[in-house]
Order: sequence, then C-alpha cells, then structure tokens
Amino acid sequence: MGMTMTQKILASHAGLDSVVAGQLISAKLDIVLGNDITTPVAVNEFKKAGFNSVFDKDKIAIVLDHFVPNKDIKAAEQSKTCRDFACSHCVSHFYDVGKMGIEHALLPEQGVVTAGDCIIGADSHTCTYGALGAFSTGVGSTDMAAGMATGTAWFKVPSAIKFNLSGKLPSNCSGKDVILTVIGMIGVDGALYKSMEFTGEGVRDLSMDDRLCICNMAIEAGAKNGIFPVDEITLKYLEGRSERKPAVFEADADAEYERVIDIDLSKITPTVACPHLPENTRAASELHGVKIDQVVIGSCTNGRLEDMEAAYKILNGKRVADGIRVIIIPATMQILRECVERGWYTAFIDAGAVVSTPTCGPCLGGYMGILASGEKCVATTNRNFVGRMGHVDSEVYLASPHTAAASALTGYITEYKEEK
Amino acid sequence: MNTQGKSFKYPDNVDTDVIIPARYLNTPNASELALHCMEDIDADFVKNVKAGDVMVAGWNFGCGSSREHAPLVIKTCGVGCVIAKSFARIFYRNAINIGLPILECEQAAKEISAGDEVTVDFDTGVITDITTQKSYKAQPFPDFIQNIIKKGGLLNSLKEGKAND
Repeated sequence: MGMTMTQKILASHAGLDSVVAGQLISAKLDIVLGNDITTPVAVNEFKKAGFNSVFDKDKIAIVLDHFVPNKDIKAAEQSKTCRDFACSHCVSHFYDVGKMGIEHALLPEQGVVTAGDCIIGADSHTCTYGALGAFSTGVGSTDMAAGMATGTAWFKVPSAIKFNLSGKLPSNCSGKDVILTVIGMIGVDGALYKSMEFTGEGVRDLSMDDRLCICNMAIEAGAKNGIFPVDEITLKYLEGRSERKPAVFEADADAEYERVIDIDLSKITPTVACPHLPENTRAASELHGVKIDQVVIGSCTNGRLEDMEAAYKILNGKRVADGIRVIIIPATMQILRECVERGWYTAFIDAGAVVSTPTCGPCLGGYMGILASGEKCVATTNRNFVGRMGHVDSEVYLASPHTAAASALTGYITEYKEEK
Repeated sequence: MNTQGKSFKYPDNVDTDVIIPARYLNTPNASELALHCMEDIDADFVKNVKAGDVMVAGWNFGCGSSREHAPLVIKTCGVGCVIAKSFARIFYRNAINIGLPILECEQAAKEISAGDEVTVDFDTGVITDITTQKSYKAQPFPDFIQNIIKKGGLLNSLKEGKAND
C-alpha cells in the first residue's frame, strides 16, 4: 500500500521501508525546539532525569519569544534558565533578544529547518514547517527533554486528510482565509491525530508565506501536522538559506487518505473566526456591524513580510479610526529591518499604529496589548479562546492582515476591497 | 491502581488556555500555577477540588497550546483522572508523559453528572458512577503507552530502557 508524504518522511526517519497508519515508531529528529515558556519545564525534567548531555548541540533550537524582552521578573528568570542551559550545552541555535524572532517565522527564515526534516517543538504551532515539506509537530516539555537527550521521539503514524487545491486566491485573500475556511469546514477536531496534506495545482500559486500560515494553523483543526509538497517555490525559498541539504519526499500515487476535500481557491472570501473557537467562521462581509477596540497584526501565523506588506498597502497614507489601538509586530528582526528599510515602519506610525520588536506577547495574553472586559479585537493571530488575549469577557476575531488592516481604518470588522 | 472522588463536569473543546491561562506562565512552578487551574471557566474549581476527584469532559479536551503546564496543574490539584469523549493529541501525549491518568469513554463522559461520586480502575479501564450505579468500560491504552504509564512517565521509561541496553 502506498504512503502519504508524512508517512514517507516518518518511515525514513525510523529506518523503515514502509509504515502504516496507527503504527508506533521511534523516529530520529533533525531539530528539537523550545521557547522561553516550555524550555524551563523541559530543562527541569532533563535535569531531574539525570541527563547531562544533549544528543547534538546543532540540532537543538531554543528561541526566547513569548515574553521577551522580559515582561517581568519571573519571565526574566525563565529566560535566564534557557540562556544558562543553552550556554552550558553550547546549543548552536539559541536566539536571544536582538537575534530572536517568533520561533515559527525565525526557524524557516534562518534555514534551521528544511524539506524532509523530522522536527518536534515544545510549541503547538511547530506544525508550521510542513510548509517546507517537512514533518513537524508540536509536543510538550517532557518530549522536548527526551528529544534533546536522545535525538528520538515516539510517534503514532498518522492517517491523513488530503486537501486538493485548485484555482487562484482573490487578491484580497491570503493563506489565512484558506486555513480559516478549512477549519470552519472540518471543525477544531476535524483532523484530530491526522495529517493535513495540501496538494493540487492550486499549490503553485500559494507563496511560501501563505503556506507557512496555512500549516501554522493545522493544529487549530486538531491535526498532528500540515504539509505541502516540495516544488520550485519551496526550493527557491530554501536556496542559500537551508543549513542542511533538503530531502524531497512525495506522496505515493496510491497513498490512502481518510478523506479528500476539494477546495477551489478562487471561491475563498475574506474569512473571520468569531469568538471563542477558530471554527466559528463567518464571511468578513457579514460582520460589518461589529465594533472593535484593538487590532493586532503579527504572530507566528501572520507576522511575515507579506503580512506586513498587506498592512502597509492598506494603511499607507491613511489614519486608523479614532479610538482604535493598532499594534503591528513584525515576527523577526529581519522582517522588522525590512519594514524600516522599505519605509513601512514610518507609514505605520503615521497611520497611528504602534510597532513592536518581535514577540508572541498579545497573541496569548502575555503583554503588549491585553484586552479589558468587554473589549473586542481583530487579530491576525491563531486562537480566539476565552481569555486568550486578556479578560475572560473580551473577544478575539481571527482574520487575515488584509481584513485586520481594513478594520483598523473603519473601527468595525471590514472586508478589504481593492481601491479602483 | 485506582481513584475515587467527585466529578467536575466540563464541555467540549476545553482548551489549555482555560486550563492554565498564559498570563501565569511566567513560572514553571507547578504548585504556584495550580492555584489558577480552570479559573477562567470555573473560578471555584481550585477551592472545591480534592485529591482523587475526576474531571469529566466532552470532545477534544486540552486543545490549543502544547503547554505541559496544563496536565501538570490538573495533576497538582489532585485530580485522579480525566475522562473525556476525546483528547487533543498534544494534551494526550503530555498527560501520559507526566503520568496524569486520562481515559477516553464517550458514554461515561456523556452520562456522568457534575458532583457524582466516581471510581476508576486503571488496570481494567472500568469507570463506575457510584451515584447512579452505572459502570462503563474505557478504551484501553496500547501496550507501548501502558508501559510508559507503568514506568511513571516518559523519562523514567527511557532511563529504565537505557539501564536494560
């Protein structure tokens, strides 16, 4: 029986000719990732278990991104725990303030992850790297500790849902509208324990930033991983970036899928996930009456250069609506630098927005844009759970950078329409 | 091995942000974190929970963030077992890795009411609602996972595996 793309990567990393869905395997890891929230717990477990060395200092990535620059004394202590551990084990990919970015934007940008990799990360959005044609999944801190010590992890080989993409996205839509539409269709546990394999001729018109965004939110449908085939766009992205040689895996023609879902990208419309689940999707055009207090453009989902560009194109030369706080967070230092060089940073300030250095901050209600009771926010982030961005009575509406920027100008949820 | 206690009932899609809000994640200290377990959807949980009590929930329990702090605070609060219709995969993995007993049983999750006295026998997977006198059989874990649980979590099982090499 044929294998899916995910199954092929897993088989290769388990040293097996083939695997089947449901099989329990032990796979070799190319990268083990942690951040400033999950690494301290992993370090604690690592030490408690009596490990005193890491399996490969070049295959561990520790990124301080959630609460940095340190939001308070406790956060500073957690960063210090990470820093001390990274230093004592000579971890090559340690990213501190000044070098750091939001992990899932940073690792692909810096070439730390590549096609064909098998990656675990103690962060649920580790599934992002599937965009590069890697198997990549989120785990907890104990798995991170075990991965750092042994270089392996156990997996149950997932079955898969195939998303057959055709057509081309309308110009006011992006990868975010695609993944929100998909989650709205299948629900927050619609792909539980499974792979989401995106394929079809529609893939070739999706940029790498779109693909990264789509795979990023696979976890929001409960999936183990999301994955795209490796094509010219992938190889061009990896060229001159990737530290290791990319390995290209393809799904077998006779691979078995639990379900095949056809998606015509040309039919996608600007989509918003209403509180308090990412599956509560509505067309942005149906939500024009919703008055908002804040807009956040950033995060591991939508803090990349194309997201900044979309925001710039809409905000440039305009002013955000009175009473709306607009917070823009480029996801990495390189993206921030690009925003400065291209004059976008100034345009954001002139429009009345604030621009922050990279941080996950507001997405998870950490800092840099916490909501008060009753407040509503349109965010390009990934979760709109109860209390996710602040008070339990606040509301988060998930949307694309286009929709978020257009809403910033009106003060209401607004579908972006290109000016004639 | 078993647990007995009162049931705390929760809906579908309980996410790890409500189990332990990220605003408290500036410390890895489990007992400090446990003071805030479930507070955004059940402010009295921490006050009322006693050792051995069980959580009973719907589909996709523990969805969202991979934070291991979530099963950790539930365990630290003394919860003896979480019974749900289904678990989100990272939560499932984390619970096993840290030794928090969890069981998938749709019928039990549907029928057990809040406040019922419940016993769970982990060896047989039998859940008994003492209040209603009804018993349920949960899905057993695969042997591989049972082994991790028996060894007291992933790292202990790895250590033991190393010693046997």
